[in-house]
Amino acid sequence: MRKIVLSMFAATAALSFSLSAQAQEKTLTVYTYESFVSDWGPGPKVKQAFEKSCTCRLNFVGVADGVALLTRLKLEGEKTNADIALGLDTNLISEAKATGLFEPHGLDTSAISVPGNYTDDTFIPYDYGHFAVVYDTQVMKNPPKSLKELVEGDLSQKIAIEDPRTSTPGLGLLLWVRSVYGDKAPEAWAKLRKRVLTVTPGWSEAYGLLTKGEVPMVFSYTTSPAYHMVEEKTDRYQAASFSEGHYIQIEVAGMLTNASDKDLAKQFLRFMVSPAFQDIIPTTNWMMPVSKTSEPLPDAFDKLVQPETTFLMGSDEVAKNRQAWIDEWLTAMSMN
Amino acid sequence: MTDGVVLDKVELRLGTKDFHFNCTLPAGAVTAVTGPSGSGKSTLLNLVAGFETPDRGHVLVGGEDVTHEHPSGRPVSLIFQDNNLFTHLDLFTNIGLGINPSLRLSADDRRAISKALQRVGLDGFEKRMPGTLSGGERQRAAFARALVRKKPVLLMDEPFAALDPGLRLSMAKLLLELHREVSNTVLIVTHDPDEVGRLADHAIFIDYGQILLQAPTTEFLARRDIPALAEFLSG
Amino acid sequence: MLTRAERRRGIAWGLLSLIGIALFVGIAVAALLSWDVGDTRARLFTAYTWRILRFTLWQAVLSTLLSIAFAIPVTLALARRPRFPVRVWIIRLMAVPMGLPVLIGALGLIGIWGRQGVINSLLLKLGLDQPVSIYGLTGILLAHVFFNLPLAARLLLAALERLPAEYWQLASSLGMRPFSVFRFIEWPAVQRVIPGIAGLIFMLCATSFTLVLVLGGGPAATTLEVAIYQSLRFDFAPARAVALALLQIGVTALILIAMARFPIPDDAGMTAGRATRRFDGRTVPARLWDAFAISVATAFLVLPLASIVFAGLKADLWNLATSTAFLRATWTSFIIALTGGLLAVLTSLAIIAARGAVTDMKRPGKAAKGFSALLGGMSSLVLLIPPVVLGTGWFLTLRSIGDVTRFAPVLLVLINMLMALPFVMRVLAPAIETHRQQSGRLSASLGISGLAKLRRIDLPVLIRPLLTGLSFAMALSLGDLGAVALFGSNDLTTLPWLVYSRLSSYRTNDADGLALLLGIICLLLTMLGTAGQKEARHD
Repeated sequence: MRKIVLSMFAATAALSFSLSAQAQEKTLTVYTYESFVSDWGPGPKVKQAFEKSCTCRLNFVGVADGVALLTRLKLEGEKTNADIALGLDTNLISEAKATGLFEPHGLDTSAISVPGNYTDDTFIPYDYGHFAVVYDTQVMKNPPKSLKELVEGDLSQKIAIEDPRTSTPGLGLLLWVRSVYGDKAPEAWAKLRKRVLTVTPGWSEAYGLLTKGEVPMVFSYTTSPAYHMVEEKTDRYQAASFSEGHYIQIEVAGMLTNASDKDLAKQFLRFMVSPAFQDIIPTTNWMMPVSKTSEPLPDAFDKLVQPETTFLMGSDEVAKNRQAWIDEWLTAMSMN
Repeated sequence: MTDGVVLDKVELRLGTKDFHFNCTLPAGAVTAVTGPSGSGKSTLLNLVAGFETPDRGHVLVGGEDVTHEHPSGRPVSLIFQDNNLFTHLDLFTNIGLGINPSLRLSADDRRAISKALQRVGLDGFEKRMPGTLSGGERQRAAFARALVRKKPVLLMDEPFAALDPGLRLSMAKLLLELHREVSNTVLIVTHDPDEVGRLADHAIFIDYGQILLQAPTTEFLARRDIPALAEFLSG
Repeated sequence: MLTRAERRRGIAWGLLSLIGIALFVGIAVAALLSWDVGDTRARLFTAYTWRILRFTLWQAVLSTLLSIAFAIPVTLALARRPRFPVRVWIIRLMAVPMGLPVLIGALGLIGIWGRQGVINSLLLKLGLDQPVSIYGLTGILLAHVFFNLPLAARLLLAALERLPAEYWQLASSLGMRPFSVFRFIEWPAVQRVIPGIAGLIFMLCATSFTLVLVLGGGPAATTLEVAIYQSLRFDFAPARAVALALLQIGVTALILIAMARFPIPDDAGMTAGRATRRFDGRTVPARLWDAFAISVATAFLVLPLASIVFAGLKADLWNLATSTAFLRATWTSFIIALTGGLLAVLTSLAIIAARGAVTDMKRPGKAAKGFSALLGGMSSLVLLIPPVVLGTGWFLTLRSIGDVTRFAPVLLVLINMLMALPFVMRVLAPAIETHRQQSGRLSASLGISGLAKLRRIDLPVLIRPLLTGLSFAMALSLGDLGAVALFGSNDLTTLPWLVYSRLSSYRTNDADGLALLLGIICLLLTMLGTAGQKEARHD
């Protein structure tokens, strides 16, 4: 019996090692969020396109959502396998830099244009979108027209939101409420709490609840309806336009100091803002491209909500307050 | 005097076993029910108590047809070999349940319970739990419950089988005393020929679900012409 | 009655297991305690922490009460009807949730009680506009009752069926009415085992992880176990995790101490074969009531299971079962479960051998007695340290050595082993004790020892309980999401993790299909286990 166990153990150990040390060729490891690497997300196409040009292996590692991605990097510290982290957003940049794990890219980013002309020496934007409440028109006849209406509206119409501790949309909603309500944010959350059906760790779980009909509203992006219009030819799901304005998310990627092959990493970052990558984004990640695409966006993108006012908090301010605001949020959300 | 217990052409099938009982057991007497194990002694008792209903035939107790009567509707008291008392209830409650199954007891009832305990030699045992009693004391308590129930028929399924020989004698004595006081009809299943001689006025012998012999005790104990009975009597 | 060599060997193995477990747990806890927080703002015990604690206990109390309260009428009805055609199937059905991975059960419950589920569609048709919510407290309670009502019912039923047959004869002969039967016979029997059952269920619910993770629905409905996981994987706040873990350990310790006073009843002796006969409950209202209680409970259990099957069949099962993702995950799960299971069995054997050796001493010294007690406590002490805490401690420790994912499978094996240990001990200890009593003296007098004894005397008798323990441990490990939640990644995917991630990425069709496959695998294992147990009882 002992021999069997020893050999089982050997098998387990072999399993562990075979997982990490696979190929001898150059490998670029990119940590990103779950929905990016899913079969229908941008991951597979990006992998194919990049591997064509680099004679290397592109290895995606999916982590639940953007904030969890940063947490994972912190947890792994300098021993991390990641060469690139893709999927943080501008809110997290200061905190990410403070870990000392990232290195400035030193690349020319003049081709990039995002609202507010955001630039950074370490992180490069690859897409953006405005957060919005997406609702099911078959259930919701009177969607909220403002954040205030969302907070104070009909309690029987529930919403699924994301957890700000793991998810960038979750954090986005937290900052949006903060931007609109200021110090009154905890009171707003205490009210909104009653409309929240569930808080999911990532965007995909929440969105799944909407498409399965479990919930009539979900916290997502103004661009989400484009997916349903293009892929499913339906305008059943719509984004609600909020009168106060919408919080914007600019998603970024950065190179880690310990990247095994920095040239390869930089090559990926350059590729990321090229049309080859940007073409893939709108119809797989369903976000807005940050630079020219080779073809115009599908018509559906013209029918989307165009926010008049855009909120974006400085990432230093976010870094300074995130923990305190999250604690406030936890306290407000756990009230009975 | 009406006949005590009558099994009128009773037929019953349990699994693969067939039972045919046709007998009249005299009232006010002690009848021993004997036979090899599995022969149908307990089944006969169950038919009288109402735990089995015959497929055909009738069961009469005190002249009344109780064939389809629920066990609670039959004028009988029961004493088993074991588990006669609810172990989680004290003696008072156990006996009280014999008077009223919802334990609604009058002052007279309470006195009757104490008197019954006294009668069986368990004076002052009202609050005792069955677990603290010896086997003989537990059977005495069961007698006390039979006493307060005042039913004309007492059915006993090997009531002394679990007791040691000395105790069996004194219990048999007690049983006869009580029987003489209330002159009830007693059916006692036993596998001990000595006990038959000690207790019974009549005895029946059952084998393979049939009554092979019904006779007064002296005659019963002298019979040697039925092989199965001879074997039983020789112990 | 052991030879000196046997005794020494027993103690040595026991010592080895003790040291092994102590090191494995100790290093993890030490790593957590010594973690340099860096974050000086002490946010350890905030209002939120206390709310979590309160919620953890509150939901556990409610779950326990509801499970038992609903189990009682069902049990009484089943006990009163010892013979009806599908009875044995209903009782087998009640064993299913115990062998079903919690995640799979949750999926089934969503299928029935979710907004789009059967129940809510029905309620909506009946004009109710506020659907039952499967999320939050209601969802957690629903799921806990789904998993624990059958457990309670089985244990209660066993208690009722252990009552002497004469009780029912007496009751009917004395003319007890249903309420009297309940008051004087059923309730006293039931009430004796309730504290033990309640303790067990409370413990299970207070440490519930997967259900709360899937159905909790946010900070308002979070248990300590989930909060620990979140503070590690969500916040990366080891200090807070440690604080919560200590709180958790305190709570479980209190429950375990309380439970020690009420032994957990077993469901031994509960078979359909025993010829209990009941003479009460013949009236029409009684029949109707029993039929109602039994069918509602059966529907409550069957519907989610049926929903798993139906939803699973809608998926492309063949493609799923042959997909590389599934095969890899199955292989990974299998290796981990088998290794963990074998280790759990071997460790149990070592602990039992060592305790046997101490019992065997003529005059065991204080040290020996303490050692024995420590070993006895060890198997349940691991219940104190939740898998997430162990995992995190090791994560932090190994981080400084190298790539953690490389060690993840080994860690999973060890954590699963520890989780299974108490269950395996419960199967093996009594079996070995009986075996020792039956054959110990004889073997000693014949001078049989060593391998010959193992092969000729021990294995033939103990092979069934050993396999039972192994299959329980494997089923537990195959269905586990708690430990893998920390380490699961693209590199290391077990079956439950695959289901969970497919569920997360709204590939619900795939998740349903995988859930069905995983559910079948685990049920087969549990069935193998219980079949072995039943056979062992006949011996």
